[in-house]
Amino acid sequence: MNFNSWALTAVVFLPLVGLGVVLLLPKEEEEAIKRVTLVATLASLASAIYVLVHWVTNKYYEADRLATFVDEHGRTPFEVNKTWIDVINSNYHIEVDGLGLPLMVLSAFITVLCVVYSWNHFPEPHNPKAFLALVLLLEVGMNGTFVAQDLILFFIFFEIVLLPMYFMIGVWGGPNREYASIKFFLFTLFGSAFMLLGFLALFFKGGRTFDIQELMNSPEIAGLARSTQLWIFGGLALGFAIKVPMFPFHTWLPDAHTEAPTVGSVLLAAILLKLGTYGFVKIALPILPEAAEEFAPWIGLLAVIGIIYGALGCLAQTDMKRLIAFSSVAHMGFVMLGIASGTTFGINAAIFGMVAHGLITGMLFFLAGSVQHTFHTRELSRLGGLLTQAPHMGWILGFCAMASLGLPGLAGFWGEFPAILSAFNPADGRPVETFRTFMVVAAVGTVFAAGYLLWMLQKVAFGVPKDEFKDAHIHDVSEAEWIAWAPMLALIVALGVYPNLLFKLTDASVTRLFGG
Amino acid sequence: MFVAQAPARFVENPAFDWHAFAPEIVLAGTILVVLMAGLIGPGRNSWQASRIAAIGVLGALVPVLTLANDGVNRTAFGGAYVVDNYALALKGFFLIATYLTILISVDYVGEGDYYQGEYYFLLLTSVLGMTVMASARDLISIFVALETISIPTYVLAGFRKHDRKSNEAGIKYYVIGALSSALMLYGMSFVYGATGETVLAQIGERLADQADGMALVSVGVFLTIVGFAFKVSAFPFHWWAPDTYEGAPTPVTAFLSVASKAGGFVALLNVIFFAFTEQPDTKWWAVAWFLAAGSMTWGNLGALRQTNIVRMLAYSSVAQGGFMLVPFAAYGIAGDRGLSESVRTTAWQAVVVYLLIYGVMNLGAFAVVIAVARRTRSGEISSYDGLFATSPALAVIMSLFLASLAGIPPLAGWFAKFTMFRAAIDAGGGWGASLAVLAGVNSVIAAFYYLNVVRGMWFRPAAATADPIKMPTALSTSIALCAAGVVAVGVYPQIFGRIAELVTNGV
Repeated sequence: MNFNSWALTAVVFLPLVGLGVVLLLPKEEEEAIKRVTLVATLASLASAIYVLVHWVTNKYYEADRLATFVDEHGRTPFEVNKTWIDVINSNYHIEVDGLGLPLMVLSAFITVLCVVYSWNHFPEPHNPKAFLALVLLLEVGMNGTFVAQDLILFFIFFEIVLLPMYFMIGVWGGPNREYASIKFFLFTLFGSAFMLLGFLALFFKGGRTFDIQELMNSPEIAGLARSTQLWIFGGLALGFAIKVPMFPFHTWLPDAHTEAPTVGSVLLAAILLKLGTYGFVKIALPILPEAAEEFAPWIGLLAVIGIIYGALGCLAQTDMKRLIAFSSVAHMGFVMLGIASGTTFGINAAIFGMVAHGLITGMLFFLAGSVQHTFHTRELSRLGGLLTQAPHMGWILGFCAMASLGLPGLAGFWGEFPAILSAFNPADGRPVETFRTFMVVAAVGTVFAAGYLLWMLQKVAFGVPKDEFKDAHIHDVSEAEWIAWAPMLALIVALGVYPNLLFKLTDASVTRLFGG
Repeated sequence: MFVAQAPARFVENPAFDWHAFAPEIVLAGTILVVLMAGLIGPGRNSWQASRIAAIGVLGALVPVLTLANDGVNRTAFGGAYVVDNYALALKGFFLIATYLTILISVDYVGEGDYYQGEYYFLLLTSVLGMTVMASARDLISIFVALETISIPTYVLAGFRKHDRKSNEAGIKYYVIGALSSALMLYGMSFVYGATGETVLAQIGERLADQADGMALVSVGVFLTIVGFAFKVSAFPFHWWAPDTYEGAPTPVTAFLSVASKAGGFVALLNVIFFAFTEQPDTKWWAVAWFLAAGSMTWGNLGALRQTNIVRMLAYSSVAQGGFMLVPFAAYGIAGDRGLSESVRTTAWQAVVVYLLIYGVMNLGAFAVVIAVARRTRSGEISSYDGLFATSPALAVIMSLFLASLAGIPPLAGWFAKFTMFRAAIDAGGGWGASLAVLAGVNSVIAAFYYLNVVRGMWFRPAAATADPIKMPTALSTSIALCAAGVVAVGVYPQIFGRIAELVTNGV
């Protein structure tokens, strides 16, 4: 037993240890609670970075090295495969590949920043103990989803995030929180019920195993009737699509984002949405490639509808946070377009898009939170002149808007542009003309994106402050905010300037899954 | 057609296996002691009855454990009474559920103006019926066990003598119980008439020998299932449940919704899995399908409208009963599609696992209801508003129970739902798949009303006058035990999964 085989377990469950300690501390010990939470999330991040470093130093990002990594001993150094629920043949099987690794690190990373950000401003009704306990529980689910190699384990982690987010929106959220929280909950639960049915169908049709690896290579699945495959894929896709969310299942998202407290919005945008897209690339596509091919034009269609609809939705908003929420629908459209293309190029782009969207939109939600904190409003018509009153915050907002609209040189570009490009040449068996049409529509979508983001920037940052805030004493970026934001901004630049940082990490694994 | 004849086994004088009957003997002894203690004790507020009852129930668990450790399947009365893993697991469940019921009853009964000796006497008598039911493999012993379960609960439901709602609860429950017994007996008489047997296994053999379906058997099977449907409050025979549950003393309601309902399900399990195994022609699965689908949907839709938490939990228990009926339908469907053997195990395990998990989480929820009612004297859902602010621990635990009932991982309820889905998907076909989808949609509807209570507890402010709830030890213990169970089983379902596996092995 060396640390390697414990590393992923540590990433997932150290926050749970932290949660246990937090629950034991009395409510009044706020400093201690915050410190314990920070230590737990940092420890989880450290383990995640350890795994990342191990990957990079052993060059598992090279295809042949990855093959040895996987095949030499039949297992990887990080893999754990222990009996868990024997009666249903489900195992505690965790491992990480190029798909899950960046997202796992991102999840551990963003959580730490969220804890730092909330250090001094907990939303009403305060109660840091409960709030941080929920953040920790949320992290268990998020980190776990990206390492689970067993469908039941995946399902459990996928669902663990539901309750903490429900409470986070419902207790610390805005005026319409009761509606938003239950809507979020029921939409996701509806999807995951069908996802679970799909998993069970895979179990019974695919040789009575829940192991994702085994299912991928299962001859029974390959030999399934086409219609059965389509039904199963439909169930899985429904569960994942609601989580993404894809048009027309997106209606929970603007409500949830708008009402959630800042940290909730950030985690929702940066990580929770990725659980859906990750499900597509990790489970639905590799296990049921034929059905994926059949569904691809429809997924592509919904993706581009999402891009355009999200953009138009943005232009109709009067609330800054709601605008950013709608922009998520559009951005996840690009990710889904890359996934629909089915090529290694498109899927690499999709994973890049997930990480980039996590960083950029996460930042935008942080900014929206800070704007709300300073001005006590997010109404675009009441805001203005942020650059004169809080120049740092204004510039950061401008920077993030540029990144979000896909300015080359920043991370957003590498999520969007290759995804669009991948639709030019979709994988074999997908209708080329249709996808090229999607490509054109998606390209038009980027223009819309520039439109709504610059419009928002203009409304919030440019001009002169409105009369009501003219003499207000406005705080610029605080210390805690700097600590939380600087790493994200640096990563946005780093990934934008040298996208191979991430593409290299994912490419070998993506090729293993989708190259054949 | 077989000629009915007196079975020869009643003439024999079999060697009596004392060990096999030890749990029942201990219970029966305890019942007598409780009754006597009530007579000679110092007035109606004797605190001894609950202690004797609790010790007796735990005492009865000892022989259950030694029998399980022994591992021998024991048969008595010519196959009418069997002590195997399946029976023992359920006996253990009934006894533990009763222990928890006693814990949540102690203060409620002690503080109310009740005759305690009688209360625990009736409770334990009903439990005696349950432990017998777990072993009953014969139509007659099933009927006797079911009546032993039911009759004391008629009285218990009306235990608050001066409360009109409680009177209504008792009389309604009694009338419905009598009606369902009559239907069931009538159906059983047809089955006996057609096969000449009362022992379930032999009925199964006789029915399997029959090449084509017999109208008489079909009617018999149908009526028997309908009789049980009343007992387990399945749609459309559920309408007594909300009124009875609301009117009965709350600990009795908890007992009715868990142990007594489980008794009905065990009877149904025995009859269907031991006798009606090979029944392609009677199509009883269509009845089970309808009962399952109807109970889930109607129970959930009914629960959505409730403003009283006990009534909500009553409808919720109708819906949960529907989920428990899904594996029955799945088993029948699989038989119809000619793949009964593997599905039989899956379906059987699903029912047992569901019963065990449902018992833990529902008792827990009722225990919290009783705790909250101590402060508010009210069962209104609005009285839960702001519970998180005044009693955070209780609110968190109640949220656990409700989320578990909704089937949210990693709480025990998810595994119950999971095994239920597994049985339906395993049976497959259009009917199996449609039932699974219906169950999926229903679990979303259910989540809404469970979370409705959670919403009040967490998101809303408490009434200005609310102060923290004072928790008696017994009640806290029961809540803590249930909460620990809900979390432990949710994270490591193998605990109950293994029990279910043992249960279906070698039967």
